[in-house]
Amino acid sequence: MELLLQYIVAGITYGTIYAIVAIGFNIIYNTTGIINFAQGEFVMLGGMTAFTLKEYMPLPVAIICAVVITMIIGALIEIVFIRWLHKPSVLRMIIITIGLSILIRETALHIWGEGVTALPYFTGTSVTSVNLGGVFISPQVFWAVGISSIVVILLGIFFNFTLLGKQMRACSANREAARLCGISTQNMVTFSFMLSAAIGALGGCIVSPITYISYDSGSQLAIKGFTVAILGGLGNSTAAVAAAMILGILESFSIWALPAAYKDVVSIAIMLIILFVKPSGLFGNAAAARLKEY
Amino acid sequence: MSTKFMQISGFAAAIVAIQIFTQITDSSFHLTQLTMTAYYSLLVIGLCMLIGYAGQISLGHAGFFAIGGYISAFLTTHNLTSIKGKPLIALLSKFGLLVEGKDLYGGGLLAFQPWVACIIAVCTVLIVAYIIGGPVLKLKGHYLAMATLGFGIIVYRIVLGTAGLGAADGISGVPGFTILPGVTIGGSGSGKIMNYYVAWGILIVGITLLLNLISSRVGRALSAIHGAEDAAEAMGIPTANYKLKVFVLSAGFAAVAGVFLTHYNGSIGPSEASVMKSVRYVAIVAIGGMTSLWGAVFMSLILNYFSLRGSFGTYDDAVFGVILILIMLFAPDGLIRTQVLGDLKSFFKRSDSKEATL
Repeated sequence: MELLLQYIVAGITYGTIYAIVAIGFNIIYNTTGIINFAQGEFVMLGGMTAFTLKEYMPLPVAIICAVVITMIIGALIEIVFIRWLHKPSVLRMIIITIGLSILIRETALHIWGEGVTALPYFTGTSVTSVNLGGVFISPQVFWAVGISSIVVILLGIFFNFTLLGKQMRACSANREAARLCGISTQNMVTFSFMLSAAIGALGGCIVSPITYISYDSGSQLAIKGFTVAILGGLGNSTAAVAAAMILGILESFSIWALPAAYKDVVSIAIMLIILFVKPSGLFGNAAAARLKEY
Repeated sequence: MSTKFMQISGFAAAIVAIQIFTQITDSSFHLTQLTMTAYYSLLVIGLCMLIGYAGQISLGHAGFFAIGGYISAFLTTHNLTSIKGKPLIALLSKFGLLVEGKDLYGGGLLAFQPWVACIIAVCTVLIVAYIIGGPVLKLKGHYLAMATLGFGIIVYRIVLGTAGLGAADGISGVPGFTILPGVTIGGSGSGKIMNYYVAWGILIVGITLLLNLISSRVGRALSAIHGAEDAAEAMGIPTANYKLKVFVLSAGFAAVAGVFLTHYNGSIGPSEASVMKSVRYVAIVAIGGMTSLWGAVFMSLILNYFSLRGSFGTYDDAVFGVILILIMLFAPDGLIRTQVLGDLKSFFKRSDSKEATL
């Protein structure tokens, strides 16, 4: 019983990470209809930048700076590579964002080298744990779950109650109409890149102590995040959080039945099955999904 | 004489010229990389058919390449001596499907004949491609890209995580593949020139096959699918069927390339299955102009050759990334086919008109 709970806790920890990446996917997808294949690289950049900065400043400041820097990089990427394209085809956008992800990864390799890095635990050390009814939980798990929950709530408030958030939603609902109402759709796209870069970077900082981050962590996280986004229905962030928990827990249980080396195989196989059987996602509406363009 | 024939003979002449050139300048060590390039090009032209002519992206072709290579490597190196007595093994042996030899330490080695392994490998890939192609090709855009990418990662994870396939080390000691008496695909130094001609010969056969396919009824149907899938369907073209056939065909090309290159190198490692390899193949097709078989062959020759020579150093992957972005931003129709001047003109015109509307 305790072991079962322990697995569930591990699953939730990974689930939070996947949820953060998936939310990043969804934000950009909603405003632009693009899947940003470089989303995982934002997570990696956040973790790596914070690791370097913490040498010069206290940890919380380093994390905030890392988030801001990644945000600026996100904005630059959008302005330099995507903003001026005139109605690019989906194939073209896929290839461009894949190219960007390679570029960011290789740059990171030349800046930070091949080694793995980890931020210190926010409270306590790697061996501190809280005993909760026989289950041992690292305090970092509370940080991860707590910060992620706050992010989700803040995003909800942002999209529903602020002018900027409402403008971004208008953009996703109908670009032309939003433009006619005087919303600068191009700026909204830039904002969406900044927002998803910032969330990704924050996620990278949170998980860095638990999972370690190296220059090539991004693409793995991206595929998990995408799996979760698909599982919940592309564009639906609340469902993505639920789906992330499901995937995280399934994955952590898969270690029971299969060698740990096949952990990724399980989650990707789940993604393929969902794509084949119900591409609108577990919680998605098939009729609504058909109206969207892929 | 048809232009097709002219193109192919021109290409063949260039291949001969390169070999003679290396002979004269006494730089025949280039032939090793050129031979490997030919096998990679075989995969690339298959992929070009799929992306350019059928309009379906695949980010998992390194997976097919690796499945082919790994199966062939495994069957030709896995020692069956310990289970020699089993009726199945005895039966296989009786039909001449197995070959006895010596392993690295001088012990007895009983393994499959390369040609048996090759047939099994290619057939397996065709079956796998057929099975996954059905559901995968129903997807479009991002979903198609992600599904094929997912397939590639699954193959990569499996070969990396399975001890029987050598895990991170891969399989080495793969024997040469005697395709005709006296003609062996293998890394032994003496047959360098012969291997070079065999490899490019296989590629030319592949190109001829595809060129004929493109100018046939199937090719026209494919370009209709690429142009407008719904319209093609309305015209009575069985689009799903054609897409699946091309997918299986291109997977077959990848498998053949994987098998031959593995025998040529004498080894295969998990890096052959990595996502970066798949992306690289897509990059080459994109730079070659998507719908240009010759463009793909030409770019594959240049990029694979320099990459294998190590000319890009530690920036190898970065070079492909940059090329991919630049091509997609400025010349999405590829470098080979576009009239560069006209393209520049339309680029500036487009940005002008865009500013005017804002």
